[in-house]
Amino acid sequence: MLAFLKNNPTKKQITWIKAFVFTVCLIPLVRLIWLGVADNLSANPIEFIERSTGFWALFMLLATLTLTPIRLLTGRAWQIQMRRMLGLFMFFYVCLHIITYLWLDFAFDWLDITKDIAKHPRILVGFAAFVLSVPLALTSTNSMMKRLRERWKQLHQLVYLIAILAIVHFWWLVKKDIREPLLYACILMVLFGIRIYYKYIKVAKVTSKVQTNSL
Amino acid sequence: MIIQRKSDIIPSEITPKTVFDNRREFIQKAGFGLIAGAAAGLLSNPLKAATVSSGTTEGAGRLIGRANAPAIIKAPSFGAHQKIANYAKTTYGAGEKLTAYEDVTTYNNYYEFGTDKNEPAINSKLFKPYPWTVSIEGEVKKNKTISIEDIYKLAPLEERIYRMRCVEGWSMVIPWIGLPLAQLIKWAEPNSNAKYVEFISLADKQQMPGQNLQVLDWPYVEGLRMDEAMNPLTIMAVGLYGEQLPNQNGAPMRLVTPWKYGFKGAKAIVKIRFVEKMPVSSWMKAGPNEYGFYANVNPNVEHPRWTQSSEKRIGGGLFAGRIKTQMFNGYADQVGQMYAGMDLRKNF
Repeated sequence: MLAFLKNNPTKKQITWIKAFVFTVCLIPLVRLIWLGVADNLSANPIEFIERSTGFWALFMLLATLTLTPIRLLTGRAWQIQMRRMLGLFMFFYVCLHIITYLWLDFAFDWLDITKDIAKHPRILVGFAAFVLSVPLALTSTNSMMKRLRERWKQLHQLVYLIAILAIVHFWWLVKKDIREPLLYACILMVLFGIRIYYKYIKVAKVTSKVQTNSL
Repeated sequence: MIIQRKSDIIPSEITPKTVFDNRREFIQKAGFGLIAGAAAGLLSNPLKAATVSSGTTEGAGRLIGRANAPAIIKAPSFGAHQKIANYAKTTYGAGEKLTAYEDVTTYNNYYEFGTDKNEPAINSKLFKPYPWTVSIEGEVKKNKTISIEDIYKLAPLEERIYRMRCVEGWSMVIPWIGLPLAQLIKWAEPNSNAKYVEFISLADKQQMPGQNLQVLDWPYVEGLRMDEAMNPLTIMAVGLYGEQLPNQNGAPMRLVTPWKYGFKGAKAIVKIRFVEKMPVSSWMKAGPNEYGFYANVNPNVEHPRWTQSSEKRIGGGLFAGRIKTQMFNGYADQVGQMYAGMDLRKNF
């Protein structure tokens, strides 16, 4: 049954895996609704929803960024097929995060919201991450991929910047206990590190070998 | 989206929940192997507790802090809702809708017991606030100590319903029970060199697991200028909602200065030191450009992280929006004159 762990999954299996991942990605939302209906969202439910949706957006983002390092380390590539879905789930939770902020937290008081964004670097950075993720979500379709070609790749490299901004946004939120944002920063650095290693160092080694041989 | 709203139950209707809570307590106590104690607690507590609400004038529990019943304080009570008898009602906070007891006691910033707001209620269960002694030091006639029982007897206890505004942009309305700090200071007999009062909280990693993490420079230190400490609004709280302070709210004794951000309210105070120079508080050390000595609630002075011009009132539900933060948290008439002529932007 779990043969795809050894061999690459078939098309049919991929469909099932996708359906499974999709369902799992909805659990945080279902949980929030469940807790909300039970009036169990802590004394400060708005903050609870903000923290929860923010966390899951970051989680999805980091999950998205894990797929390529897995390919680099194991040589398997089928999991890349989950990338768009995970990326869009990140955008989905980011949207819930922003809606909670604009609606529940600030009741669409645009003057207060503008002031909040302008005066607090933490909010500004988070807002920037959101704005940058909009074009990525909009160009996530197959047709946009085909239309943009090389440009699409360049555009979607914005995800690295978004990840950094998201973690800075979290880091500046905590008053003093930085353990949690630090953990995510470390994960991101490892994920970046694997990419950088394979892109530059591993390649460099190969080239130097070739050069040595040709001498 | 979540559409559930918190119901608009008036505080006096909430009380039967105390009975409900006692059921949990029973299980907790049983878990600690204190079945006998729990049985006694059940006999003395919940039935009486059920009749007492925040709105009633007299507590129905046994007498505390009066000459005939100091023993009750000594008895360790694992979060038992020990009622405080004989406290006077005051007009402070008349017309304010109280924040639910459950919210006041489960949403706490008390880093000694963890940095998440739900942690203090969990991690403080084994904390022992009684017996307790407070030492008085520094610029005083004579160094001395006082037991918490004697502090209960220093002055008639009063209920003060105060707004509490946290620097993080949320607020509550809490029915504290305590005595004016001025009464305690009078007893302490500071000399003329005393310009400031420093409050030092307990440092005890055994009882306060959060102190294993150096998020702040332990012990927690706070301070007030002498006139602030003597202001009639300033109280040393020993209880809330008619009962002894729950551990997570700063048992057995904490500072309450309602016109200042909540972090000024040092909890579990073991030492009060009178000093000539302005004390450096734990938060001033942790972030000098974020947290000042005065920490007066001020909608016009922004904080680098949180909006200070408005706040969320806890218990308002999902769609209540924000309320405007008032200068000195609405206590400008009582405290404004102390800061006349001061640049509150510099002295934040």
